[in-house]
Amino acid sequence: MRYVKPQSFEAAATLLHEEAGIARILAGGTDVLVQLKAEMVEPDLMVDLKHLPGMREIVAEDGGFRVGAAVSGAEMGEHAALKAMWPGVVEGVELIGSSQVQSRATMAGNLCTGSPAGDSVPAMVTAGAVARVQGPDGVRDVPVVDIPTGPGKNSLAKGEFITSILLPARPDTASDAYLRFIPRTEMDIAVSSAAVSLELDSDGVVTAAHVAVGAVAPTVLLVQDAGVALVGSKLDDAAIAGLVAAVEAACNPITDKRGTIEFRTKTAGVLAKRAAHIAYARAGGQA
Amino acid sequence: MKTIPVETTINGDSAEFLCHADESLLDVLRDRLGLTGAKEGCGTGDCGACSVMLNGRVVCSCLVLGVEAQGAEVETIEGMANGEELHPLQRIFLEEAALQCGVCTPGILVAAKALLEKNPDPTDTELRYWLAGNLCRCTGYDKIIKAVQTAAAEMRSA
Ligand SMILES: Cc1cc2nc3c(=O)[nH]c(=O)nc-3n(C[C@H](O)[C@H](O)[C@H](O)COP(=O)(O)OP(=O)(O)OC[C@H]3O[C@@H](n4cnc5c(N)ncnc54)[C@H](O)[C@@H]3O)c2cc1C
Ligand code: FES
Ligand code: FES
Repeated sequence: MRYVKPQSFEAAATLLHEEAGIARILAGGTDVLVQLKAEMVEPDLMVDLKHLPGMREIVAEDGGFRVGAAVSGAEMGEHAALKAMWPGVVEGVELIGSSQVQSRATMAGNLCTGSPAGDSVPAMVTAGAVARVQGPDGVRDVPVVDIPTGPGKNSLAKGEFITSILLPARPDTASDAYLRFIPRTEMDIAVSSAAVSLELDSDGVVTAAHVAVGAVAPTVLLVQDAGVALVGSKLDDAAIAGLVAAVEAACNPITDKRGTIEFRTKTAGVLAKRAAHIAYARAGGQA
Repeated sequence: MKTIPVETTINGDSAEFLCHADESLLDVLRDRLGLTGAKEGCGTGDCGACSVMLNGRVVCSCLVLGVEAQGAEVETIEGMANGEELHPLQRIFLEEAALQCGVCTPGILVAAKALLEKNPDPTDTELRYWLAGNLCRCTGYDKIIKAVQTAAAEMRSA
């Protein structure tokens, strides 16, 4: 294995594009070095980009925040303004692993690793987060929802990588929340999960809503109908029933040692309901 | 595979070593630098026995490449005592017998110190969550939590 710290994003893209063998990017290493150790993936080339400009920065942009692809979970958790604007995104990131893992793990790594259970992904999706992607042909912006394509897979082309993720601006009367189910209290992989992001008008009526679920399909799913079910409501029982029905209908999970199809489907609906109530209260709504 | 020269700072002293690209910082510390305080429990980030500080944050050194230490500040359990004088956490772990086999202890001490520097007065719940990535097969954790709280109280009054 070769370890390279390229001098620029362009040089990194060229290097990754021209590599004939297996190439990986080293962000926090909390997936890629586990795979290396387990001999699941033995890269020929490991590219470290953490030193490049902006990779470790959280900067305000157009009323939102641009988070560098090498920013760790711990750094996001310590950023009060980011947490105030996107509490659901930050709580998702902060659920990843232990204190030690938090010091290193990144949102971009969690996204690119392509786990259906990645804890930062559902809330990034409901936030409408957009990844900035550098490749051999230049830079493009890709909605986060379009990056994962299946377990361990993503839509980035050879030579492409994420340099930052934009969490866009939002009104004050808006918020989000993320919940996962695990049988323990810490250090486990989600059996199912849900994120909800809401915007309210001055009367507390939902004007826009996005719902995403994790670990219930090959990728994190944005459930459009579930968001639609909440719009125009103050989360009354009928709206919540519509949300739960839409979530359950969208679930397409597997049965494994962590949970059955039935259990995952049921809990995803319950988590979506609870996350909706938390997001609503955070947005200042009073039911 | 050829080796790569790395210049770093370990426990405040500059250090140089050669390592392979795929070698973990844990293997470098233990096998190349003779710093065997950090232990390998799992090698996959689950147990925390290999905890060290990297640029002021607690990490699993089994999930850091040795080459990533280039230009970084590394602190290990070997740097925790001040000469012959044990750090309060170390002394109280001994006084209160917060260990049995001791394999988890260096990692727990490094992680606990990192928490107390951020939060000198944690609740038991905060402490248990913070140490969730440090597994102990022997003590059942209660003695560890009590010892860290005793040390925290002493450090606050110092
Ligand atoms: C003990 C432990 C507990 C864990 N607990 C959880 C958990 O609770 N929830 C959870 O979701 N995950 C968990 N994980 C998995 C892992 O920590 C997360 O997926 C983490 O977010 C990965 O980020 P990273 O920066 O460490 O990625 P890395 O390991 O550095 O990279 C992961 C993958 O993404 C690619 N990649 C990284 N950065 C980029 C980029 N900028 N552009 C393109 N590709 C990139 C790499 O090539 C690699 O394939 C855990 C891992 C461990 C070891
Ligand atoms: S040896 Fe590093 S976490 Fe277990
Ligand atoms: S004292 Fe033996 S593992 Fe903790």
